[in-house]
Amino acid sequence: MTALELAAQLRAKFPDLISEPAEFRGELTLRLADAERVAEVCAFAKSGLGFDYLVDMTSVDNYGEDPRFTVVYHLYGYGHLCQLRLKVEVSEEKGDLPTVTGVWRTADWHEREIYDMMGLRFRGHPDLRRILMWEGYPYFPLRKDFPLAGKHSDAPEVAFTDPAPMAGGPFVTIAGGKDTVAREPRVRIPETDALETNARLERRRDVKEAHGHAWGPGPVQPKKEGP
Amino acid sequence: MAELRVIEVPDAGARPEAGDELPELEGERMVLNVGPSHPATHGVLRIVLELDGEVITKARPEIGYLHRGDEKIAENMTYTQFIPYTDRLDYLAPLANNVAYALAVEKLLGIDRQLPPRCQYIRVICSELARVSSHLLGMGSYAMDVGAMTVFLHTFTEREKIYNLCESLTGARFTTNYTRIGGLSRDLPPGWVEQCRQFLNEVVVNIDETETFLTRNRIFADRTQGIGVIPKDVAIDYGLSGPNLRGSGVEHDLRKAQPYLVYDRLKFDVPVGSAGDCYDRYLVRIEEMRQSVKILHQCLDQLPGGPVNVPDGKVVLPPKHRVMTGMEELIHHFIQVTQGVNAPPGEIYFGHENPKGELGFYINSKGGGTPHRLKIRSPSFVNLSILSHLLPGHMLSDVTAILGSFDFVMGEADR
Repeated sequence: MTALELAAQLRAKFPDLISEPAEFRGELTLRLADAERVAEVCAFAKSGLGFDYLVDMTSVDNYGEDPRFTVVYHLYGYGHLCQLRLKVEVSEEKGDLPTVTGVWRTADWHEREIYDMMGLRFRGHPDLRRILMWEGYPYFPLRKDFPLAGKHSDAPEVAFTDPAPMAGGPFVTIAGGKDTVAREPRVRIPETDALETNARLERRRDVKEAHGHAWGPGPVQPKKEGP
Repeated sequence: MAELRVIEVPDAGARPEAGDELPELEGERMVLNVGPSHPATHGVLRIVLELDGEVITKARPEIGYLHRGDEKIAENMTYTQFIPYTDRLDYLAPLANNVAYALAVEKLLGIDRQLPPRCQYIRVICSELARVSSHLLGMGSYAMDVGAMTVFLHTFTEREKIYNLCESLTGARFTTNYTRIGGLSRDLPPGWVEQCRQFLNEVVVNIDETETFLTRNRIFADRTQGIGVIPKDVAIDYGLSGPNLRGSGVEHDLRKAQPYLVYDRLKFDVPVGSAGDCYDRYLVRIEEMRQSVKILHQCLDQLPGGPVNVPDGKVVLPPKHRVMTGMEELIHHFIQVTQGVNAPPGEIYFGHENPKGELGFYINSKGGGTPHRLKIRSPSFVNLSILSHLLPGHMLSDVTAILGSFDFVMGEADR
């Protein structure tokens, strides 16, 4: 039982859905044409082909391409020790796909993380809410249009974020991006630094004046109950 | 009739967050918050428990208190620049994370078969030392959580020796940053092999002592046997890995199933539990430590000489004296430091048998020196997902026993 044979069996069962297996570094990748049927394909992979372990579920943001998102499933079977990768594409307008929690219960938290970081919703998920960021955080951080430094957000009494000081930025040259000469000067300009810090302090001060604490409404006074 | 008094708690941190819904409680159920700041939660894990007396009826773990955005950072760093971030994933076994990440990037580059034998043996030594270190801490703090404080101090004495070994090897006790793409940052210092052998002789004595403290200890057995039972199919369904999976009876170890480095040349056994309870997971870890010592002895005996880096100037920094005098080496050095190692477009997944489970890296590359997407499949994240299924039905005091037996670390779960 090699991965190639198992991939062939999967293709035989869903002939118009699954692409030719692509091989890279000894691993097989299959693309699924229709995201809506992923639960069906995964259920067959588990029950019919013995892929009883969902190793990992990931999302990739192909910013600038359509469809924008790819969801990647890594399957493994303890019986035949073969691995397989399934990729499914989701466009930005659709933004959702069926859950595979019914097939492997480990998908629960993986899907929550994909929702949290990338914003893809999973229909049929028992409890789709943010897992790493707090409830009410407004952005999806792993999307390519979310900056590395972060954005300003404020959830009173819960948490607030401000852009992190990058101190010159990520020190890496990306081929096709700006080279080190074009990114000069990297010097920190004390005036603009002070402006950023003052803006941040002012926001905190406004909140503090309104509520008494820098993080939101202050303590509630104990109610007095009387007969 | 009793008077109903409403007490408002002034502390903002003790109240549930705005987005939480308090469940509709019937009867005498109580909601207890095992908060992120808690000595027995092995890091910043928050569990919201609903209790009926002492028995847990619902458990909702909440993570993310140590989320640092490692995956986002990786998209903006070259592969070599990300290595220090991997130390801080499972910060109790940093050498193992370094090895896992280096192997993943080398698989992407296609040079994993070209690693010199000395490099492979040293990486195995690093992984197994990390395994011993992590299990010593895991079992020490587990024993402390269930009440046996002495064991903690015993195991930590041995961990100090491992830290000394790490310090002479890498320069840092903790954040080792040791492997590089295509090799290691430096070779073993002179005298290290003898120090390591001496440590191995001492650690087996210590493991035996730990066993005499705990294994046939009536109190420890009562607290861990029959608690947190995970049947085999549930363990597989929830994606458990490492000692947690093997404690439930699944005979699967990545070192044997998907051998990497020189594990196919080494003789060792893989301990497998039967009952799937906390006691079995503890026994699996103790035996894994002994097997790691066995592997380490074999590695130290078989350690070959030779270089520790792949002799490819495009992947590994050329030696400095050549960089200063040779044009080609200078160019290689410059490109590697500024742009990073040029990876081909493609995607790989590599899973490594970490002490906590299967640490996997999924790297999606569109070419160039930075990954397009790097996903860290962390064992602790996946192991924790079973808590909401496992905890209900147990008593409150079993929570520490179960959490300790899982041996997770939040740095990995949250990344």
